[in-house]
Order: sequence, then C-alpha cells, then structure tokens
Amino acid sequence: MTGHPTTGPATGGTKPGIRQRLSRAMSPGTAFSARHQSLTTVVTFAAIGILLPVIVLLPPFSGFGTQNDWVGGFADAGIFVLLAIGLNVVVGWAGLLDLGYAAFFAIGSYTYAYGASPFTGLHIPFWFMLPIGAFVAASFGIMLGAPTLRLRGDYLAIVTLGFGEIVPAVFLNASTLTNGTNGIVGLDQPSFGRLFGVGDFGFTNPWPYFVTILGIIAVAFMLLSRLENSRLGRAWVAIREDELAAASMGINTVTTKLLAFAIGASTAGLAGVYSASKLSIVSPDQFNFTVSFTVLAMVVLGGMGNIWGVAAGAFLIFELQSQGLKQLNTFIGGLGLPAFNLGPITVDLATINFLNYQYLLYGLALVLMMLLRPEGLFPSRRRRRELHELPDEAERGNVELSEADEVEL
Amino acid sequence: MSSEQRPDLVLDARSVTKRFGGLVAVRSVDFTIPFGSIVSLIGPNGAGKTTFFNVIAGVYELSDGEILFNGETVIARPRRTWAEPIYWFVVPTILLILAVAALLAGIGIIGHLLFLATLLAIIPALLVALTRPRWYVRMIGRTGIFRSSRPNEMVSLGIGRTFQNIRLFGNMSVLENVMVGMHSRMHANLLDAALRLDRHKREEEAAVNDARKWISYVGMAGYENEAARNLPYGYQRRLEIARALASEPKLLLLDEPTAGMNPVETREMTGLIARVRKDLGVTILLIEHDMEVVMGVSDRVTVLDHGEKIAEGSPDEVRANPQVIEAYLGRGAASA
Ligand SMILES: Nc1ncnc2c1ncn2[C@@H]1O[C@H](COP(=O)(O)OP(=O)(O)O)[C@@H](O)[C@H]1O
Ligand SMILES: [Mg+2]
Repeated sequence: MTGHPTTGPATGGTKPGIRQRLSRAMSPGTAFSARHQSLTTVVTFAAIGILLPVIVLLPPFSGFGTQNDWVGGFADAGIFVLLAIGLNVVVGWAGLLDLGYAAFFAIGSYTYAYGASPFTGLHIPFWFMLPIGAFVAASFGIMLGAPTLRLRGDYLAIVTLGFGEIVPAVFLNASTLTNGTNGIVGLDQPSFGRLFGVGDFGFTNPWPYFVTILGIIAVAFMLLSRLENSRLGRAWVAIREDELAAASMGINTVTTKLLAFAIGASTAGLAGVYSASKLSIVSPDQFNFTVSFTVLAMVVLGGMGNIWGVAAGAFLIFELQSQGLKQLNTFIGGLGLPAFNLGPITVDLATINFLNYQYLLYGLALVLMMLLRPEGLFPSRRRRRELHELPDEAERGNVELSEADEVEL
Repeated sequence: MSSEQRPDLVLDARSVTKRFGGLVAVRSVDFTIPFGSIVSLIGPNGAGKTTFFNVIAGVYELSDGEILFNGETVIARPRRTWAEPIYWFVVPTILLILAVAALLAGIGIIGHLLFLATLLAIIPALLVALTRPRWYVRMIGRTGIFRSSRPNEMVSLGIGRTFQNIRLFGNMSVLENVMVGMHSRMHANLLDAALRLDRHKREEEAAVNDARKWISYVGMAGYENEAARNLPYGYQRRLEIARALASEPKLLLLDEPTAGMNPVETREMTGLIARVRKDLGVTILLIEHDMEVVMGVSDRVTVLDHGEKIAEGSPDEVRANPQVIEAYLGRGAASA
C-alpha cells in the first residue's frame, strides 16, 4: 500500500457518511464472486439418494441383509443426520453446549402424537405436522433459552442437561395426558396421497420413508448451510470466539444465541415428527440421555462446525452401530472360534453381543479421537486452526510480512 | 439532571461514577468530546481509564451519573432491571407449574387454558423482540424497565471501540473479522440468508467489498484470508481498528493502541489515528498510558489519577501541570 490518495480535511456543508469518505480515500476494491453452494448441495443429495440404494445392491453388501433392511436402516440414520446438523448449529457454530437436545426431539415426536393419532382423535396430515412440530419445538427452545442463555459455559450445560431429563419425566408422569410408560400408539402414517405412485408408507416398504427423510434433510441442510456464510452465521462464530468482543461489535448476543437455540430445536422437532410417524409410537424411554449423548458424540466425532462433516459422521456412526456391530456379531459367530479360559472367566467371542457394548465403544472412540484428532473426522477449517498451530502457515505469514514491512502509514 | 444541551458535543459524560464493591474506580468524572476532535485520556496504571471507557462502551453499568451521546441520554443508572427477567422467567414458570399441576390433578381444561395463556403471553413479545430488537429495546426503555445500554446498542448508536488486550476473533479470517464489525450496519435476517434473497446477496457482496477497503485502509491488503491469530502483534492492533471502523462509528474509542509497540510501530499507529480523523471525520477518544504518544495527535488531554480527574487542557498545558508530573513521577518530582 504505497501512498494511496487521501482527500483533504473535511469541508463544511453536507456531511458525507464514513463509508462514502472511505470510498473517496481508497481505490475501489476487487469484485466479490458469489459461491454456488446450494447447487452443490442439491446435486450431492440427488447423488446420495441414487447411489446408496445401488451400493446396497452390490453383492458383498447385499449378503448382510435384504435391500429393504438397508434402506430402512438408512431412513433411521437420516433421523440422526438431521439431529446432528441441528445440534451442530447450537454446539458447533454458536458454541453453546446443549446436553439436553433429546428434549426437543421428544417434543417434536409428542407433537405429532397429539396431532395425528387416535389418542386425541386429530388426524392432521404428516406434511402439515412437520412445520407444526418444528414450530412447537422452537417455541420450547426459546422458552428454555430466554432465561438461561445469559448463563455461560458449564452452567448452560447443566441447565440443558436438566431440561433434557425433565421433559421425558413429564411425559412419563403426566399419564392422563401421555399414557405414561406405554406411550401413545397407533400414530398415523404419512401418505403421498395418489401423487407420486411411490407406494404406501408402511412397515414392509421403507422406500417412501427413505425418500421423505432424504427430502427433509436436503431442505434443512440447504437452509442451514446457507446460514454459515451469512451475517447470522458470522455472529454465531464471533460469539463462540469472544462474547464480549462480539457484543462490542454490535451483535445482540442474547437474540443471536436464542436464534441458534430455536433453529437447533426446530430441526430436532422435524426429526421428532418424522421419527414418530415412522415408528408409529411415542414413549418416554425413546428420549433418554443416551439420545442427547449419541447426537453430541456424532457432532464431535464428525467435526464440530462443519455441517458436511457432521452429517457424514452421523451417518457413518449410525451405520456402524446399527449395521456394523450386527455384522460383527454374525461375522465372529461364523468364525467358530473356541471359547478360551482366563482363569475364572470364560470368554466365548461367539456368544458376545457387540450391540451391548455400543456405549463402551463410543467412549473409546471419543477418547481416541480427543487424543489423535480432536477436531473430528471432517473438521471445519476454523476448528483445525483452533486446535493445531499450523507452523507452515505461521511462517508463510511472517515471510509476507517482512516484504510488506515498508508499509507507510 | 441538567437539561443543558451542547450541540457541538458528540459525547457528554456528566459526573460519571463507577464502583466495584467498595473500590471507586471512577469518581464523579465530567468529560466532554467535541465533534471531529481527538481527545486523550491519560493517567498512570490503575487510574480508571479502561473502566471509564467500558462505561461509555456499555460494558459496565455505571453507578452514578449520566452519559449523553449526540445530545441524547443513552446511559444512566439502570432502573428496574429486575422487571424484564421476571416477565420472561418467573411468570411463565409459575403459569407452567400451575398448568402441569392442574393437568396432573385431572382438571385438564384449566391446565390447557393456563398453558395457552403462557404461550399467548410469551410468544408475541418474543416475536417482537426477535424481529424488531431495537424497537423492543426502546419500548422497554421507555416503560422504564431498563435504561442502561448493552454494548451492542452503543455500536448501533455509533460508538466503535478497540480493546487494551487485543480481542480479535482469532480463528476467523481477517476479512471475516472486519465483516463482523459491519454487523450492526447490515440488515439481512435469518430468512434472507436461508432463502438467498436478493437483499442478502447484494448486501453480502457490498460487505465484502467494503471490508476489503477497510483492510487496505489500515495497510493490510493481501492479508484478507489469514487467520487473525496468526498475525503479528502490530497487525492485530491495526485489524482491531479496521474492525471498529467497519461499524461506521461517529466516535471511536481506542484503548492503548500503541501498548507494547516499538517506536517505529508507534509512529505508524499515531499516523493512522491522525489519518482516520482527517480522512473519515471520525471523532476519537484515545486512552494512553504513555504521555508522549498523545502529545502529537491530541487536541485536548484529560488526566485521571485514582479515578479522579486531576487536569484537563491542551497537551502543553497538561505537560506543564505540576499535579500531573506528580501523578506520573511521584511526590517530589514536581517541586524539583
Ligand atoms: N471488573 C473489575 N472488578 C473489580 N475491580 C476492577 C475491575 N476492573 C478494574 N478494576 C479496578 O479498577 C481500577 C481501575 O482499573 P482500570 O480502569 O483498568 O485502570 P487503567 O485502565 O487506568 O490502567 C483498578 O484498581 C482495577 O483493579
Ligand atoms: Mg487500562
């Protein structure tokens, strides 16, 4: 920047704004080129939607189960993908540790149960219940957030943990309203009407569910990923980095954090409505702490703050735990290993059910991850920066600096 | 309070006091800043400069006094600050507990009604607070619920600031840091961004262009995509100024912008400060620990010691003031 033109002192008369004066003092900047992320999102999801079922048809994979098993499994994985990208807004972007995320999932599910089941006699179509569930969950998110988001860090985590325990407890104990432990059964199944001829939603045909969750994820994903590089997305990251500095740059930290909470909650609400309609039953035990924990682990393992990484991580982890562990059972059982004695204990690998060790494996995976790759499998650029000094990058900066050192001010 | 208006003043602080428990960090300080000037606040370490500054920036609530910006009272002793949390928290909680109790007792209708009442009370207010935050704040300000400003409201009014201990967003790029500074001058909301409406796209493009201009204005062109934490110290200070300028302030508060710099960097920084006033017409309040730095650029200098104003005047007057010499060098130096 060698001696750019400067204007003389301000002359009287009309007062130009500071931006006009800057423009007068500076030569025009380079043009900004818009990125077309949305198109990528749509194309990618179309590709996934077409490719996944094809992969399943390939011989080595189809041996493990029927194609319908796989597609149904993908539809279930979709619920967790949706939950994970919603929680990513709260934890990954805004940096608010929410340990009770399952509460909003529960609220979405029960909203569907009230809106579309013999229990209340209402039969509102699934497609209307989706936005209603999202809205109700968001309202609860705001109600929880308004008084508590002034708390910081650990305190917020404890409050959300409490909320996550209270909500299922209320559903469990307010039995006149919720049928208690038995839950509400016989929820309506969605229907495309006679629109697409995809066939009916039902327990034997997972395809319509698969297509539906893919659509919901694609829309949610597109809307959320657009937020990342917006005024709001930057405000979230700024708050996560330094709340006081963010407030001092004009960000209303209260409403901005509240928005993150509401958006996260509404995504969980969508997942809740979908999940309730697929299972056709809601009961309080579907929403205990392990759900909140699983989704949080997916966000952390996938790569906090990177919406693609979080989605991929959630999908991988869900498939590993639901399909992978099952396959491990059959695989090891099929090897016909003999039981061996370790003193008083007899270990028979053939009879071990690895599904029972799911949370042990989570714990191991998390510990290993924190040691080896704390930023997650597919980290955002920002997280990687945060957790690793990049020596080469820092050096490059210094080299450029010495060149630019003759800058005259 | 006195209703006398001074149209030539951008900031008028009247008998500002700030206590931390028993400690009086700022004691009854009167302080005015005329439009277009560079005013300095100096004093030994612990004199209360940063505290005074944080009161103006809306970070600390003041204990007594009043601050006028552009002739309007923007900060005063907070009143009835408890009313807002009570509305948001206590009332809905009681209603909800009653509703749940009624439902559990089998009086379903009353429970439903109470629950609905809670939603009816909270949701409209919330929608207003979310979609029209400024209007909401002004409304509850008018009803006397609270009168004290939060930092973000001071930025909207036109006060930008830097920090004594640099507080950049370290993992964000230089460009993003400056764009966060523009937050209060941008208007795209959640829907604009999520639906990629034209308004969002145009605003975003303009913001990137402006941010680049600010970056090269402070002499950092070419560093746009560097992470702020990887910048050398002097550049971090300049970036803080660029970020503050991006909020288009009328008044810029600089807290020890040359702290820890070598003489060359210090000279460059004072040059930048003078240029900001000359090119951009921004009024500047400069805090300094080092007296020599401010002498060249300031129109007027105020000296704080132990939270009290001990001298005020042109740089030369202040330099010759025996009380100031004493505050800086200790008793005995003045009489020598
Ligand atoms: N948040 C705080 N809580 C309690 N005391 C504080 C706080 N901030 C500053 N102080 C005290 O107020 C006095 C003035 O501090 P400060 O304004 O930082 O001085 P200066 O910026 O002039 O060096 C000091 O005695 C300091 O210890
Ligand atoms: Mg200080």
